[in-house]
Amino acid sequence: MATASTYAPVGFDFSNQVRNQFLQEKGLPLPKATSTGTTIVGCLFKDGIVLGADTRATEGPIVADKNCEKIHYLTDSIRCCGAGTAADTEFTTALISSNMALHELSTGRKPRVVTAMTMLKQMLFRYQGQVGAALVLGGVDATGPHLFTIAPHGSTDKLPYVTMGSGSLAAMAVFESGWKAGMTREEALSLVTDAICAGIFNDLGSGSNVDACVITAGHTDMLRNFVRPNERVAKEQRYLFRRGTTAWKKESVRDLIVSEEVRPIGGAGAEAMDTS
Amino acid sequence: MDHFPTNWGRPRNDAYDAYGTFPIPNRPLNAPKDAFGEGVQRTQQPIVTGTSVLAMKFKDGIMMAADNLASYGSLARFKDVQRLQPVGDYTVIGAGGDMSDFQYIQSLLDDLVVEEFTNQDGHNLGPKEIHEYLSQVMYGRRTKINPLWNSLLVGGFKDGERFLAYVDLLGTTYSADTLATGYGAYIAQPLLRRAVEGRAGGADALPEEEAAKIMEDCLRVLFYRDARSLNKYQTAVITASGVSISDSKALETSWSFAEGIRGYGAQTQ
Amino acid sequence: MNPMNTAAQPQQRQFNPYTENGGTILAIAGVDFSVIAGDTRQSEGYNIQTRYAPKVFRLTDRAVLAVNGFAADGNMFVKKVKQRLEWYRHAHAKDMPLHAIARLIQTMLYGRRFFPYYVYNILGGIEDDGSGAVYSFDPVGSYERETCRAAGAAQSLVQPFLDNQIYFKNQQPAPGTAHPAHLPLPHVLSLVIDSFTGATERHIEVGDGLEIYVVLAKGRDLSGLEGFAGLQEVSSRSDGERIFVIRRELKKD
Repeated sequence: MATASTYAPVGFDFSNQVRNQFLQEKGLPLPKATSTGTTIVGCLFKDGIVLGADTRATEGPIVADKNCEKIHYLTDSIRCCGAGTAADTEFTTALISSNMALHELSTGRKPRVVTAMTMLKQMLFRYQGQVGAALVLGGVDATGPHLFTIAPHGSTDKLPYVTMGSGSLAAMAVFESGWKAGMTREEALSLVTDAICAGIFNDLGSGSNVDACVITAGHTDMLRNFVRPNERVAKEQRYLFRRGTTAWKKESVRDLIVSEEVRPIGGAGAEAMDTS
Repeated sequence: MDHFPTNWGRPRNDAYDAYGTFPIPNRPLNAPKDAFGEGVQRTQQPIVTGTSVLAMKFKDGIMMAADNLASYGSLARFKDVQRLQPVGDYTVIGAGGDMSDFQYIQSLLDDLVVEEFTNQDGHNLGPKEIHEYLSQVMYGRRTKINPLWNSLLVGGFKDGERFLAYVDLLGTTYSADTLATGYGAYIAQPLLRRAVEGRAGGADALPEEEAAKIMEDCLRVLFYRDARSLNKYQTAVITASGVSISDSKALETSWSFAEGIRGYGAQTQ
Repeated sequence: MNPMNTAAQPQQRQFNPYTENGGTILAIAGVDFSVIAGDTRQSEGYNIQTRYAPKVFRLTDRAVLAVNGFAADGNMFVKKVKQRLEWYRHAHAKDMPLHAIARLIQTMLYGRRFFPYYVYNILGGIEDDGSGAVYSFDPVGSYERETCRAAGAAQSLVQPFLDNQIYFKNQQPAPGTAHPAHLPLPHVLSLVIDSFTGATERHIEVGDGLEIYVVLAKGRDLSGLEGFAGLQEVSSRSDGERIFVIRRELKKD
């Protein structure tokens, strides 16, 4: 058990905060975090929840990861899509996932979606928006299917269809024009795919593939790369470099094989060491 | 306690003068300012504003739409404003942004149309010419750092050709089969693109009735999500047979989507 | 002025007359040809304004100008260059030579030194001696003749690739051989296409469409261009320098 000590406190380390703010005021830019300028969505249907996400991660205008996974595992029947600072969404969901597992062990019951929601919002509120995670939380528990969004400051929304990230307007437009109550699994999955595609093709922060996750009372389907509408075309040329392309200034060859002679000491009939 | 009355009620800059040691003559002027002291005021921000304008190409021409609201900040100030304006015989312009600047643009275009008519030289202003004129006016004003705070769509049909293009306060121009300004660019444009780009045959295969249906769906979604929009709108259709702008129409909306949902968190009843 | 006064000055939110519209351009010169290319996406922030807005323009039968940066300034600048070239044609009954267009562009850009056209220009074409040439400019008119140049949003991705593949930077030639000073047309075209598909993969502002202009010296045959998908001739006559456009699709995400 980790104890809070004056010298090694648990949790975040703020010891460089004053220095960093001073440097920032002097005009030194802080390192940029990878953000998932993202489209993530969730949608309620007849038997459960469908979550959706694109797979592009960006650093400013550069694509950092063309196929990242934004639907994070919380429990078997609860998943969470993350937008915002990539590291924050990953660590926040991993932490809450651990705590949900512990909670499940200590109560001996299947954990509920509201439990995850409350843990997430309380953590995000504690950090006053400094933990930049914008989440779509969905799952099915003993009380039925539930869908939430959690904003970085800790406020939550409970709605039948939700979107987050830079592509949230494009995706929400699709939901607003296509959602209806009591959809089937297929209808919901195709609506979620359309919503993510609207983000992928209209929002520069979103791109590549569609991930989806269908959660029902008894079963969770993680549909990784459910649709791949952006396959790269073949290159015109192959870029192979001839051996000897790289220049060198000196050459030294070392023999890495060491040969040694082992000479046993003691009598030839010496007993083997007792290793028991 | 700050003992200098000229500082009372004003935010103080502790970084420079934490104890109010500056003599009064060196303090910033606290008296009312001469409104004309700094010369002519220019449009620094829009005041009475219109929100999105939508437009798309269809089989026989161009369809445009805009709601009837002119907002004053967050106040829904004028609810019967026409933001689609016919210009000449072949063109409609739609405006978002500052409504007084838009009215000024209308007066410029009125003068232009009259001048072209009086020439009687056999040349009529088409949508291309009007868009070119507007983009030169807008770019010229931005270059003088005195912009006309609008984003405009120009749609038209002349000599068997559809025309649809955009111009804004920076003089930026572009054209495409579907266009939207303001929030419409984020909310309606994805729906418009899916309906037109995603269709086999594109805009050439899109009949007017379907275009009208798509347009209405987009305006409804905008009314749901754009807080400065209104459920009262007009459409313009420009085809070979000329320009027609509809009367104001009302949108049918439904707000029952969250029935059965309680609260925003752990609450259940 | 005392520091308290500067701190208490009224703060005014000023109108910003510039914006960035994304996209990337590049040009490569060959012995007797020049290739000038650009993508066709125009964007602002995370929003795609249009999937087709040309950034590469034919000026004369031997000069092509690619313009990248603030689109409104770019369009105005191209319009003014074209106007000056037309005046030149009326005055001298011939097209302006490429090196002269380059100098004209310099003076036009520097003329706006204190309210610049926020555009990066690359001029490509055929010089009077029949050689392929590329001139690149900064927004206020500093310019240079080069063999290849990339500019715009993905410049930092494309230029190192071209340095390696065209100037053979960081590559030792095989013993007894030398790197070629100029590459053949088919090779250049495949490098251009790969530059743009690569930039589309890794830069969010590059994509949608690709326009490649190819300018051939007077009398050069069409070898290297025949059978190219999406090829279209745009030259005004067939007995001088000739210009072709190749249009390709790029990814739209």
